[in-house]
Amino acid sequence: MGEKLLMKGNEVIAEAAIRAGCKHYFGYPITPQTEIAHYMAKKMPEVGGTFVQAESEIAAINMVYGAASAGVRVMTSSSSPGISLKQEGISYAAGAELPAVIVNIVRCGPGLGGILPAQCDYFQAVKGGGHGDYKMVVLAPSSVQELYELTVEAFNISDKYRQLTMIMGDGVLGQMMEAVEFKDQENIVNVDKPWATTGTGMKREHNTIQSIYIQPEVLEQHNKKLQEKYKLIEENEVRVESYNCEDADIIVTAFGTTARIVNNVIKMAEKEGIKVGLIRPITLWPFPVKEFEKYAEVPKAFLSVELNAGQMVEDVRLSVNGKRPVYFYGRMGGMIPSQQEILDQIKQILNK
Amino acid sequence: MKNQDIIIAGFGGQGILSAGRILAYAGMLENKNVSWLPSYGPEMRGGTANCSVIISDEAVGSPIINIATSLIVMNGPSLDKFEKMVSSGGVIIIDSSLVEKVPERKDVDIYRIPATKTALDMGNATFATIVLLGKLIAATNIVSKESFEEALKKTLPAKKHYMIPDEIKALEYGMNY
Amino acid sequence: MATVFKRPHALIDKSMHYCPGCTHGIIHRLIAEVLDELDIEGTTVGVSPVGCTYNNYEYFNCDMVQAAHGRAPAVATGIKRANPDNVVFAYQGDGDLAAIGTAEIVHAAARGEKITVIFVNNAIYGMTSGQMAPTTLINQVTTTSPFGRKPEVHGFPIKVCEMLSTLEGAVFVERVSTHDVKNIMNAKKAIKKAIQVQRANLGFGIVEILSSCPTNWGMNPVDALGWIKDKMVPFYPLGNFKGKDLEV
Repeated sequence: MGEKLLMKGNEVIAEAAIRAGCKHYFGYPITPQTEIAHYMAKKMPEVGGTFVQAESEIAAINMVYGAASAGVRVMTSSSSPGISLKQEGISYAAGAELPAVIVNIVRCGPGLGGILPAQCDYFQAVKGGGHGDYKMVVLAPSSVQELYELTVEAFNISDKYRQLTMIMGDGVLGQMMEAVEFKDQENIVNVDKPWATTGTGMKREHNTIQSIYIQPEVLEQHNKKLQEKYKLIEENEVRVESYNCEDADIIVTAFGTTARIVNNVIKMAEKEGIKVGLIRPITLWPFPVKEFEKYAEVPKAFLSVELNAGQMVEDVRLSVNGKRPVYFYGRMGGMIPSQQEILDQIKQILNK
Repeated sequence: MKNQDIIIAGFGGQGILSAGRILAYAGMLENKNVSWLPSYGPEMRGGTANCSVIISDEAVGSPIINIATSLIVMNGPSLDKFEKMVSSGGVIIIDSSLVEKVPERKDVDIYRIPATKTALDMGNATFATIVLLGKLIAATNIVSKESFEEALKKTLPAKKHYMIPDEIKALEYGMNY
Repeated sequence: MATVFKRPHALIDKSMHYCPGCTHGIIHRLIAEVLDELDIEGTTVGVSPVGCTYNNYEYFNCDMVQAAHGRAPAVATGIKRANPDNVVFAYQGDGDLAAIGTAEIVHAAARGEKITVIFVNNAIYGMTSGQMAPTTLINQVTTTSPFGRKPEVHGFPIKVCEMLSTLEGAVFVERVSTHDVKNIMNAKKAIKKAIQVQRANLGFGIVEILSSCPTNWGMNPVDALGWIKDKMVPFYPLGNFKGKDLEV
């Protein structure tokens, strides 16, 4: 490990991408992720890479589509309203099985909403967003160090499976500074891309990148192939962190920034004799179903805490599968629950 | 003291965010766990700025501060906004050159320092935050003066390193005030 | 016996799905001939649009990428930026380029992306069966302008070459036609020059090709070619707007 640095989350994402061998970034400014573009604009010329400020998020994701077709590691970043604009390109790239990394530093909606932190794009990220049966791997870091490690990992996952991977953070994670230690050498998984459209060199049949298959039999086959890939990802790529769950009175589940708040709540609750466990999904898709199954009958109840009106809680309920009651507590609009608020919810549930 | 949850607040342009960053850096140099979180919401557009700095022996949970152990304020509205968020026994440090109002709280240690005036006398308004941080360090021992000096070197671009001796004077002024 | 006419290598030996009398097939052939003549099939990547030519990736022997509606210039930008040594062309129709994709084409041109856009203008939407296009002429009847295109209701047609010529990044801009042999030969020259401009790294190039759509115009192929000459050419004047004298 190298020297400890104090860096902003957004800048760490950009640095991590470059370290992962991403030399192509296309984006459009939007708060609160714009530092990623600033960093890329400055650093890409140094590493012989490309930074393009596109005319829109739509153009940016389509530039990503083009660069991914050409076989290079490529990234775009945006925040909620911009990610909505990218949905068309995301669906096409998923259909064409293009590996690329998309960063969403989530702000609150709906509509233009506000620029403060939120987790209200969970559904959009894990349940579709764009049209068609497709999945993105969705990684939800909760610290600046993890932003670094998971961004590098996102490129590996993408290349390994010809798959879109999203890093989902929020305004707190993007804007905060924390210590980060970069490795001297990144673990870069090198994958051959014989499918890439780099020119035939008159040495092979032509490659085509496409999401259109006009024959129904062929399109169904293509969809089946995608679903098989998603199954493989579900088997291999689940990431989750559990803490204090073995004999917990209640298991709280939260991701990203919210999980950090819950970490504080665990300490506060301990002082009052309440044992609070935490299951923190790191991959929102594939969802850590098995982890919930493992602890489903341990606590009296589950509580999902989110910065939205109740989104991940649906997956928690499916995973707990009726074995224990699953409660929800959330704040919206950029409001962030205090530790005390969450502790009050826990006490209320346990007194029921 | 092992942990400090510090809010630094004032107007944009006073160097509030940089001050927080130097402080967090100093904490990191002492191998403490640190976080720095700026305000970037609508209030930033209104000309005010604040940041939350946590320096702790334990892992930092939420970087959002609900209850602060220390508060540095460089304008009146920030005192009104954050005074009630300081925990009992905590510290409030006020730039008395800019804030006439005296806090109502009786259960916290209050320091009023003419930081901006001192800084202007020294020929550089941005030293005001350093004066106030000097007082914070003296009152809480959250980081050492040496770490702070090292953090200045790490966070200031090389072309501004000539300013460091003067910044240390500003820091000492605050520490001894 | 000497071969005097054969299928270009860059064109796959496959019958095309275009309607009788449609000039897309001719334009495909012109592109393929240019790829052969410049010996660049192996380094070329084409971008297919949405519209009648959505699947022209099946017809070109070079690598091909199929793009979303209107986004071909952005996709081409990504390909070219990733591998600057590739020759990259985007093939777009008038709905794709001049309606849904206006932002992408204008900004690719403004940035001076080193790509070549082949813009096929037939003044109508073909794939979706004859709706009004941004390039539909005044008084032209389409399925969504059944009483003719009226400026007070539908606004005016867009002259793409004239518009893009105002941008510094667009260094080669030419409008050609397919209504007779002489014009088809000119079209090929323009395509070749535009590709050479790209290879010389000079900037963005576009060739607008006036084309027929007998099916949706409701004409036989011969009348359709006449309609290009008599109706389209007067409104969309042929010729080079920019880059005629560029050294390539």
